[in-house]
Amino acid sequence: MFPMRTPFVIRFLSALPRAGWIAMGLFATLTLVIMPALHLFVPPESPFHVSAYVITLGGKILCYAIVAVAMDLIWGYAGILSLGHGLFFALGGYAFGMYLMRQIGRDGSYQSDLPDFMVFLDWKELPWYWTGSDSFLWAAFLVLALPGVVAFLFGWFAFRSRIKGVYFSIITQALTLAAMLLFFRNETGFGGNNGFTDFKRILGYDITAPETRATLFALSALALMLTLLLGRYLTTSKYGRVLAAIRDSESRVMFIGYNPLHYKLFIWTLSAMLCGIAGALYVPQVGIINPGEMSPANSIEIAIWVAVGGRGTLIGPVLGAGLVNLFKSYFTVAFPEYWLFFLGALFVAVTLWLPEGLVGLWRRLKTRRAA
Amino acid sequence: MTRFLISFLFCWLAVPAWAALDPSLVRQLTEEDSDRRIEAIQQLLVLPEAAPLLQAMADDGLMVGEDRVFIFTGETALDAATGEPIAPAPEAYESVMVNNRIRSALANALAAQKLSDTDAQVRLEAARELQSNAGLELVPALARALKTESDPTILDLLALAHAKASLESPDPEARLAAVTDLGARGSREARSLLLPLAEEAGEPDARVRAAATESLREIESRLAIGEFLGQIFSGLSLGSILLLAALGLAITYGVMGVINMAHGELLMVGAYTAFLVQTVFRTYLPEYLDWYVLAAIPTAFVAAALVGMVLERTVIRRLYGRPLETLLATWGLSLILIQAARVLFGAQNVEVANPTWMSGGVEVMAGLVLPWNRVFILGFSLFVLGLIWVLMQKTRLGLFVRAVTQNRPMAGCVGVPTGRVDTLAFGLGAGIAGLGGVALSQIANVGPDMGQGYIVDSFLVVVLGGVGQLAGAVWAALGLGVVTKFMEGWWGAVIAKIVVLVIVIAFIQKRPQGLFALKGRFVES
Repeated sequence: MFPMRTPFVIRFLSALPRAGWIAMGLFATLTLVIMPALHLFVPPESPFHVSAYVITLGGKILCYAIVAVAMDLIWGYAGILSLGHGLFFALGGYAFGMYLMRQIGRDGSYQSDLPDFMVFLDWKELPWYWTGSDSFLWAAFLVLALPGVVAFLFGWFAFRSRIKGVYFSIITQALTLAAMLLFFRNETGFGGNNGFTDFKRILGYDITAPETRATLFALSALALMLTLLLGRYLTTSKYGRVLAAIRDSESRVMFIGYNPLHYKLFIWTLSAMLCGIAGALYVPQVGIINPGEMSPANSIEIAIWVAVGGRGTLIGPVLGAGLVNLFKSYFTVAFPEYWLFFLGALFVAVTLWLPEGLVGLWRRLKTRRAA
Repeated sequence: MTRFLISFLFCWLAVPAWAALDPSLVRQLTEEDSDRRIEAIQQLLVLPEAAPLLQAMADDGLMVGEDRVFIFTGETALDAATGEPIAPAPEAYESVMVNNRIRSALANALAAQKLSDTDAQVRLEAARELQSNAGLELVPALARALKTESDPTILDLLALAHAKASLESPDPEARLAAVTDLGARGSREARSLLLPLAEEAGEPDARVRAAATESLREIESRLAIGEFLGQIFSGLSLGSILLLAALGLAITYGVMGVINMAHGELLMVGAYTAFLVQTVFRTYLPEYLDWYVLAAIPTAFVAAALVGMVLERTVIRRLYGRPLETLLATWGLSLILIQAARVLFGAQNVEVANPTWMSGGVEVMAGLVLPWNRVFILGFSLFVLGLIWVLMQKTRLGLFVRAVTQNRPMAGCVGVPTGRVDTLAFGLGAGIAGLGGVALSQIANVGPDMGQGYIVDSFLVVVLGGVGQLAGAVWAALGLGVVTKFMEGWWGAVIAKIVVLVIVIAFIQKRPQGLFALKGRFVES
């Protein structure tokens, strides 16, 4: 499609059609300017004021949307259903959570240099893997590197022996289950059951201040947009086509002379790193990270966001993550008894009647009208 | 010592059962001083005819009144020494106080008395009771019982009690013999008795110390073997549960190539069926309550199979050829089933009791007790396995299931009704899960999310064993169970789980098709 000489910037820009750029611009205006401004500068009495609850919920959903896009990159475009993406999300969250824990300083309940839970366990010094956790840059590096390395190693072994389909899915589920059990232990050094919480500051700023909230919200939106652009760029490139070919018939791709291992491994690792970023943005907004994030149920819920929105599209996962989570935050308060029934029915209904999700439904309606 | 000899003599002379007891000894039982009273008990314990008296004293039925000591059973008063009725019964009397020290001396004395009972079961119980608190005073009684006892189990217990009691003996020869004897038969408890004897502070005699050290080594090696076998057993027990959970999964995965994430919930259906059957028995057939498990087995099979077939007909069938979506849909079904259980039975665990014949255990060797419920489950899973083997190898349905597993289109071409086979195979797999649920209800908690923990493990079994391979599933389940239990012993449950996962992943590197790979053209679809 593109000759080799085309400058990268132009290739990047042309990854989106004009309508796409317009939509992106509107989204950017809304999330980077309007929402933060309404939160910060409009007085709470005003009907236009955006409350802290809305900003936090919005930020949370934006983070989920990043995870959904990351999930879609491997499931929708490479045909690999991961049931362990919650692990990478949580790893990113924990990596950044370590930094946030150190930022508490001596303001914890025990007024110690060590995080409270370590004082509680009667530890005298930080374990070796906490080295450097007081540095933001190191934390930012870990947010990318930790999920990346775990995913790379796991993926390398799994893809090399050509584990695929449901085998791969279940093994990723086992992986996140094992990690959850590991993090539940106090000896692991990540706060056990309770995980990390009671954060006070981020980069020296008060973590609950409206300005910090608005910034984190805007950063999440920015991260989501960059993820979408990256996804668009990858999926429309030659790489993306090989990936889709692997999804559709792996053995044929091998016979043509490609090695699927590298293609799958790259997108797998990238997807895990994106989840790590989402996790790192999620933790300071929600204010807690615990091993529950690694539970298999959480990971499999990510898949349903993608399925509801429509996999194999980039806008679908964003829609799905948004709708399902908005609905969830309403439903679990209004009818807590029935949420699991609804969620279960959603899993069944979407797979049975909406295999291509909402985006697929929209497309079908459009073609019907055109016909 | 002379007192004992005298009482021994007395005992042999007192062959007629209702010979009178020494009245002064009986009176000594009622004295103020506990030591004197205990002395009297110890002298009485070797006399078989003292049994009713001691029993009465233990039951607070020994009375003193109007200068007589008598046993009062509510209506008649019997003279404590002669056993003859006293008429009229004394008007004023009070019961002989029994404090804790005396009570335990009485319990020992009564147990020692029972050692000469004609019923072997009574003797066995008495010997068991004497294990924990036999003291020096019981040595003669135990020695006597040792001479006459013929039952090997009781003999063993008696020898153990005798050796323990003799450890307190002032005679070094007796202690030496006891220490050696303990080395030959003792277990964990004997070890703690011997530990002080192996040190200078606890034992003055050097020979006894050496013997104690030697005995300790013997006991420890025996304990290690017991522990090893115990771990193998608990591994097999875990493996048998995994097997019941995995067999059904292996069949459905083999036939349809889909993973049923609601499989764990079919276990739950089976377990709740067991609970319901138990409730029905408790309400309507309380006299047969012990046998509710036998009724629960077929009921759970049918209930789980029905649920499974409904799921297959309504959902799974429509997703044919889309295994990943089936995974998600069945996950949704499992959420619905869990929540349904929560609404119907409450979020708390329900209580499913072991029948009496399944509680307790059998002591195979020192320090190794096999609980009956686990033995039952092991046997049960082997029985189910045998049944499935017959079904798969010897029946027409089994033939069809194997054919569809190997090559669905070809099976269809030669006239196998693949659709019906799917439903039946799914029902069969679900039914086996239901059976697993009954088994699980006997050893684990029954609650709405009890099945959640089993899907990953049982899938690992299927992966390890190879798809559609019964033999593979058996080896993989039992192997995984044993390996897990051993690693749990070394490193704890969490690390064990992680290591098992790593082992499975590493294993798939070498043998992607599992332990027992299918061979031939149908391997790669």
